[in-house]
Amino acid sequence: MMDYVWLIPLFPLIGFLINGLVGKSLPKTVVGTIGSAAVGLSFLVTVAIFLEFLKLPVDARSVEKVVYTWIASGPFTVSVAFLIDPLSLIMLLVVTGVSTLIHIYSIGYMHDDEGFYRYFAYLNLFVFAMLLLVSANNFLLMFVGWEGVGLCSYLLIPFWYEKKSASDAGKKAFVVNRIGDFGFLLGIFLIFWTFGSVNFTEVFPLAAKYPMGSGVLTAITLLLFLGATGKSAQLPLYTWLPDAMEGPTPVSALIHAATMVTAGVFMVARCSTLFVLAPISMTAVAAVGALTAIFAATIGMTQFDIKRVLAYSTVSQLGYMFLACGVGAFTSGIFHLMTHAFFKALLFLGSGSVIHGLHGEQDMRKMGNLKKYMPITYWTFLLATLAIAGIFPFAGFFSKDEILFHSLVSGHYVFWGIATAAALITAFYMFRAVFMTFCGESRVDPHVHPHESPPLMTVPLMTLAGLSVVGGLVGIPIIQGANRFKDFLAPSITPMVHEVHAPVWFEITMMMFAMAVAGAGIYMAYKMYLKRPELPEKVIEKIPVIYDLVYNKYYVDEIYDATVVEPIKNGSDFLWHGVDENIIDGAVNGSATTVGWLSSHLRKLETGFVQSYALAILIGAVLVTGYLIGR
Amino acid sequence: MVVPVQYYLALSVALFALGVIGVLIRRNALVIYMCIEMMLNAVNLAFIGFADYFKAVDGQMFVFFVLTVAAAEVAVGLALIVAIFRNRGDVYVDNLNILKW
Repeated sequence: MMDYVWLIPLFPLIGFLINGLVGKSLPKTVVGTIGSAAVGLSFLVTVAIFLEFLKLPVDARSVEKVVYTWIASGPFTVSVAFLIDPLSLIMLLVVTGVSTLIHIYSIGYMHDDEGFYRYFAYLNLFVFAMLLLVSANNFLLMFVGWEGVGLCSYLLIPFWYEKKSASDAGKKAFVVNRIGDFGFLLGIFLIFWTFGSVNFTEVFPLAAKYPMGSGVLTAITLLLFLGATGKSAQLPLYTWLPDAMEGPTPVSALIHAATMVTAGVFMVARCSTLFVLAPISMTAVAAVGALTAIFAATIGMTQFDIKRVLAYSTVSQLGYMFLACGVGAFTSGIFHLMTHAFFKALLFLGSGSVIHGLHGEQDMRKMGNLKKYMPITYWTFLLATLAIAGIFPFAGFFSKDEILFHSLVSGHYVFWGIATAAALITAFYMFRAVFMTFCGESRVDPHVHPHESPPLMTVPLMTLAGLSVVGGLVGIPIIQGANRFKDFLAPSITPMVHEVHAPVWFEITMMMFAMAVAGAGIYMAYKMYLKRPELPEKVIEKIPVIYDLVYNKYYVDEIYDATVVEPIKNGSDFLWHGVDENIIDGAVNGSATTVGWLSSHLRKLETGFVQSYALAILIGAVLVTGYLIGR
Repeated sequence: MVVPVQYYLALSVALFALGVIGVLIRRNALVIYMCIEMMLNAVNLAFIGFADYFKAVDGQMFVFFVLTVAAAEVAVGLALIVAIFRNRGDVYVDNLNILKW
């Protein structure tokens, strides 16, 4: 079955071609079925390959399947080839599985949209690119997928392009991602320059021979990490992700929560061999991750748009994943990536169900008590919220606890403190969202009649809810470093040299502490948004300046506008009006005018009288002859 | 009796100068044409004078070449003049001044 790995990205590509080329003339049910079936088939192939893979002995669990040679130039070859190893299989399973559910959900969510076929074509193209990204066996093919998902993100954020804010958000996402991609590309160049190859299986063994802290590896990893910060929305390039919520909600769930934005984490984990040899880069990864986690979480506390809350939550959780990678716990990062894919996709789809039921309302101030009207959405959303808050035994508990534990035992006390604070805030703002949306007094516009979504939407919700509940169990037994998920991933990941073991009582205490922190956050939210709804106002009055700062997202967009966008605009304006219009156009037009002026005078020499020409010839002849004689 | 070469040359120069003046100042294309013939023949005369002076036949041979060219020129030139006359009704060169900006 493994020889057929190329089928996995092929199905979505076929789906994209059919829907993109002839989808306009097909009925919506057919378009939706093709789109979902293409991804579903990929999922089935992935599962089949996964089951076969499990039978392999552990030391043989890295299989390369070459489809064809893409570039061959001297000793340098790049193939379109797939690397089947535990890491890529986990990613393939998550991507195809979650995508299938979201495709099915989209049939219901996008039902009334005119661009239905366009939507499914883009979505299939996205899945194709994402599968290429995670299963590539070399950096170049990975980059193709990397750019492909960026393109689809750009196509889907301004899906409703007649809305100015949506098309602006699309442009912003594209431009900000370009900055990161530039770093990634430079990283690939440097890898090729250093190792003479871009294949994972050739680069990593060569890199492993380098000394700890080698300069070139530090440079490579920092550049790669710059790419990751762009794609995975980390400080300082996170600003595009909250704006990306302008796209349809299933797109937010699939691309901007569950899969594409985790590509950066995947890439860092894929390059773990390089990262562990560059302590400076590791510290940078951990620091950026921890800071992003708390930074985005605080913004999430103050937002009222339900999708924006989830967007900042995504940024914050991605920060957790990078923190895990940065402290050397790559498997914990991937573990959190997987559980996050389940519960964050569910949260977004749940919010989509709410928005669908309220006919497009996204402001949580105009919701409330929706559990009466949408019980399925409420319960699934609640399960996902418990998972992200880190309550035992839901999925997020296992992965988040691992990250906190590893950052503490690896001696990163500051990062652990930040991450714990972020966990508290996460529990708070997520339950704030639940209480404001589903509980308390109804603030729904009386003209709007909320209703539960159709089964096409609720069945994926329930499936994902199941995964959010049990998804963390693949990590048991979590204590003493014995972890089935970690063992499975081991062939793909180069661990840190020093594995730290802590006593069992310490691990249990840590878990209790993490639970207590989450519980405190939930209690605060309960107190402020259910028990005493007037309390938030009072708190805001106490700290107006800080609230204002956080509510306006620390004015980061404004700062970027003032420090980057405006200077570039002004510089371009100068180059346009100053340099281009005056100097360059001036030179071109000036030479043309000079020639024109000269010829307007010189042309008078041409009288048209034959005899004047004859005279000129005569004078010329006399002069030449005179010169020859008198020489 | 031997005619000195200076006489040949003097006559040749005089004829040539007349031809040039005629080409430059006359209006009628046919007359200009005849002046050109006169210039050619002035050159022929100089050739013959030098042939006699140097006792060599090269000059006389060149005269034949010049005559051949002149004959060919007559054929083309007269045909052009006839064509211009048919087109315009006269052959005055100062009316043929449209070849300019």
